[in-house]
Amino acid sequence: MSEKSADQPGLPLLEIRQLKMYFPVKGGVFMTAKAQCKAVDGVSLVIRAGETLGLVGESGCGKSTLGKCIVRLNQPTSGEILFDGADLAKLSRSEMKPHRRNIQMIFQDPADSLNSRHTVGNILEEPFIVHGIGNEAERRARVSELLRTVGLPAGAAERFPFEFSGGQRQRIGIARAIALNPRLVVCDEPVSALDVSIQSQVLNLMLDLQRELKLSYLFIAHDLAVVKHISDRIVVMYLGHVVETASAEEIYRSPRHPYTRALISAIPVPNPRKHRDRIILQGDVPSPINPPSGCPFHTRCPHVQERCRVEKPALRTVATTAGIEQQVACHLDL
Amino acid sequence: MSDPTTPLLEVRDLVTAFDTDAGQVRAVDGVSFVVPKGKTLGIVGESGCGKSVTALSINRLLPKPMGKILAGQVMFEGQDLTKLSPEHMLKIRGARIGMIFQEPMTALNPLHRIGRQLSEIFLLHKTKDPREALAMSVEMLRLVGIPSPEIRVSEYPHQLSGGMRQRVVIAIALACKPALVIADEPTTALDVTIQAQILELMKNLQREMGMSIVLITHDLGVIAEVCDEVVVMYAGRIAERGPVLEIFENPKHPYTRGLLQSIPRLDSPRKVKLNTIEGMVPGLLDLPTGCRFQNRCPHKIARCAEVQPPVESVGEHHDVACHRWRELSPLEVRS
Repeated sequence: MSEKSADQPGLPLLEIRQLKMYFPVKGGVFMTAKAQCKAVDGVSLVIRAGETLGLVGESGCGKSTLGKCIVRLNQPTSGEILFDGADLAKLSRSEMKPHRRNIQMIFQDPADSLNSRHTVGNILEEPFIVHGIGNEAERRARVSELLRTVGLPAGAAERFPFEFSGGQRQRIGIARAIALNPRLVVCDEPVSALDVSIQSQVLNLMLDLQRELKLSYLFIAHDLAVVKHISDRIVVMYLGHVVETASAEEIYRSPRHPYTRALISAIPVPNPRKHRDRIILQGDVPSPINPPSGCPFHTRCPHVQERCRVEKPALRTVATTAGIEQQVACHLDL
Repeated sequence: MSDPTTPLLEVRDLVTAFDTDAGQVRAVDGVSFVVPKGKTLGIVGESGCGKSVTALSINRLLPKPMGKILAGQVMFEGQDLTKLSPEHMLKIRGARIGMIFQEPMTALNPLHRIGRQLSEIFLLHKTKDPREALAMSVEMLRLVGIPSPEIRVSEYPHQLSGGMRQRVVIAIALACKPALVIADEPTTALDVTIQAQILELMKNLQREMGMSIVLITHDLGVIAEVCDEVVVMYAGRIAERGPVLEIFENPKHPYTRGLLQSIPRLDSPRKVKLNTIEGMVPGLLDLPTGCRFQNRCPHKIARCAEVQPPVESVGEHHDVACHRWRELSPLEVRS
């Protein structure tokens, strides 16, 4: 807890520099690497203490891979992940271990991420055992405290994950993630598998926990309305690249990248009177195995120019609102 | 067909049950609605509310032998589909009623080329000549916006992207120019930009071909975007039904109101507490007597636990099943 108080709100907590995650694509008789899938291709971003950074993009854009790199479920190909004076990207398993209690993860499908053979009590006790915290009685006490924190009955400890509904299971996943008082929680689509009426319960819980425990979140999701609701800043990814970043308000009020614009305009609005003119993108997202030259978005961009096909646009600052920079990777000034 | 005011599809008091180890459960329990010609009806509700089972009941595609229609009628083009023989249903399914499923990868056969899967439906209903069927398939793929369809017909489903696969499924559903298309979560597995393409495609095809659509979804945004009429289902029953504007602007059922208030919206303030519907849906095996929403309802009174609320008329085509709808104040709905 002592080190947590050192996290000044607003100061960088975790910084990613030029992160690349390439997966080999194997084939042929000898299963040799024939090509590379560039899932994350040179991403830089900062997560500040106490904030929620939303990470949005379509399937295959590399958002989940990026999240898994941070908790080192993936070993990045190159680049840096700076946290607490260390570069997580280069640490060995044992060197990584002390950092794991500070960086935790919530997964999309709690049915898959909870061991179905263990009771909820065992699942929640495990982080304490792994990190050698407390004796058995203390651990049990912490488990019931955790269950109370996430709004589950104390009796839940004796039961198995399958006895719970999807929303309750996600509460168990959240309890496990916050067990060791982490500083950063990577949330990968935490509410996508839940029904609308349950989704709002879990989002409220996450907001409460952030305030009480001073957590920082990296919130990865494809539902932009949900991401906007919970985030302070938002990063938009496309095909392994960051194409735009800004405060949550600004990215909806004045998106600058043509992809962000199309993404926002594609969201169905729950208001039958609001039928806006949609930007309908043509075609599909290209494959990260064979990404286009130049700007990754040029194959679908309605504003494409010759330059976009050859030259990759760098992220540049276009505006600053309330101390938060808006950065866009586009050659054009839209 | 003769009278333009007759609805294309009318479901009356449909009851569909499944036999399980723990006993019989009624997944759909007395559901009625009407689909007008050329219009889109949305069915919205949470997982397990019976929306997909309603679709399967209309189409008579319930898993056998567990699932069966216990009561009710499905009136389609002047006949009751629940009474038809399986052979007769074959002539209607695919020809008069098309079906679009959620996950195009499972709806398509991975071992057969796209052309063969599309030709199948033409060979079944339209022609005996395989070459003619293939030519029809190419035309159909062109209609749903698949580039170079003459090459795509000889490809396999895995060679197409998710959006393209869903276009193929739509092509199969629309191949015989059906009067009705039932689309069960057609865009749920797709990304938003692809979802926008598919919804646009379905709207355009409806304009051209004039078919009616039953669209099943949990996404209120999609409902607002494409539907004319809405049915809100909860735990196997209808909570509310009516024209889309009425449902969104004048919702009467506490469940509908709760849903509309609990979704985060792009134009609502950030990081504030969302309204929630507390608790969760009761299991179909231990349903309460009376109103099925009672354990989560903020307006519950003693009568809700005793008497099942009847479906009452609020206004033209707008019905609600709630004892207290008259007393509820108008809902402030954000833009």
